[in-house]
Amino acid sequence: MSAGGSLIEARDITKSFGQTPALRGASVSVAAGEILAVMGPSGSGKSTLLHCLAGIFPPDSGEIWFDGQQLDKLSEAKRTELRRTTFGFVFQFGQLVPELTAADNVALPLLLNRVHRKAAYQAAASWLARLGLEGKGGRRTGELSGGEAQRVAVARALAIKPKVLFADEPTGSLDSLTGEKVMDLLVSLTREEGTTVVLVTHDARVAAYAEREVVVRDGKVTTLSDVGVTRLCSGSACGCPCAAGGKRRRGSR
Amino acid sequence: MSVPLTLLGLLEREPSHGYDLKREYDTYFGRGKPLPYGQVYATLARLARDGKAVAGEAEPGDGPDRKRYAITPAGTADVEAWLAEPAEPEPHLQTVLFAKVVLALMLGRPAERYLDTQRARHLRRMRELTELKRSGPLVDMLLADYGLFHLEADLRWIDTTSARLSELAEMVHAA
Repeated sequence: MSAGGSLIEARDITKSFGQTPALRGASVSVAAGEILAVMGPSGSGKSTLLHCLAGIFPPDSGEIWFDGQQLDKLSEAKRTELRRTTFGFVFQFGQLVPELTAADNVALPLLLNRVHRKAAYQAAASWLARLGLEGKGGRRTGELSGGEAQRVAVARALAIKPKVLFADEPTGSLDSLTGEKVMDLLVSLTREEGTTVVLVTHDARVAAYAEREVVVRDGKVTTLSDVGVTRLCSGSACGCPCAAGGKRRRGSR
Repeated sequence: MSVPLTLLGLLEREPSHGYDLKREYDTYFGRGKPLPYGQVYATLARLARDGKAVAGEAEPGDGPDRKRYAITPAGTADVEAWLAEPAEPEPHLQTVLFAKVVLALMLGRPAERYLDTQRARHLRRMRELTELKRSGPLVDMLLADYGLFHLEADLRWIDTTSARLSELAEMVHAA
């Protein structure tokens, strides 16, 4: 791990696309096992931040650290290997191969990592079952509903047992109830596995599944704190919700 | 909506008479529910009694009370603390948030920071409700959903207001 106990960290990174700056000195750190929501309005730079943290885009300046290694100093080949073996990805859509079955899609990253075919398909069946998709392994993903396809995508991302799962608007194309089911499974399984999650979303109800949130605005990261003015409850005349007998400190609940 | 703290906030901007305070309050915060004169003067008297404001000498003129009130350091501290303290997330708190944002802009205080603090408090409550929903029975789930949808609506208001702060500041300063 890098300094400060974080598993993954961006230090003052900038990234532009042509003349358009997307990140202007963004810093964020994610602890091992943490589920972090990255929020922000459209065009704020939150997806670019995710791509930089995952080593997909190298930043123009600044540093990305992952597990004691400076990611932006690694060769493209090394970064590709890291993405294949250590990081999992779930995007809004378009990540599954529609001509292949659900089981093929989940087994694919394992086969790329040279897992034996039989073991890969056994693992795929087990992951599909954990996502409530028993008996659907033989279906082509193009024939699945949006929610089912997204659960296959989660299974595929988790099948390699990644250290970090990067999820970019994972429920963005689903209705709210289906999206909830996907988030519920994603959170349960990553907690069971101890996977660190970086969850990009503009949706507060999705962000509420995370343990902490940061907001990206104009290419910079703001860490939110809800600690306002700390006051001690002054007892029954105080009027605060704890006046009935609690001794809770207001603003630090 | 705290009338005493809102009036104190208006007094922080400049010392004022009860009549002018009422007019200003009604313009910004009344929204079809004007503040009765009696309440304005009773509130000012209480604020003076509690050391949050001081009343000047009565000035000649019409009307029941021609005293000019000024905020004290204790009053300023109360306004500061109130603005910085996020409200308990609950449905229908828009009027409190609205008053805080407008006053903060009037007083040149960091409205965006107050909104961020409130956003964080809302998200924390949403996390608690989401956990409750994931672990509880269906009835808890329904109740949690009710809360979550209302909090989400507040958050969307907070986001939109954040995006409009500079426009709002211009409006408040031009008035």
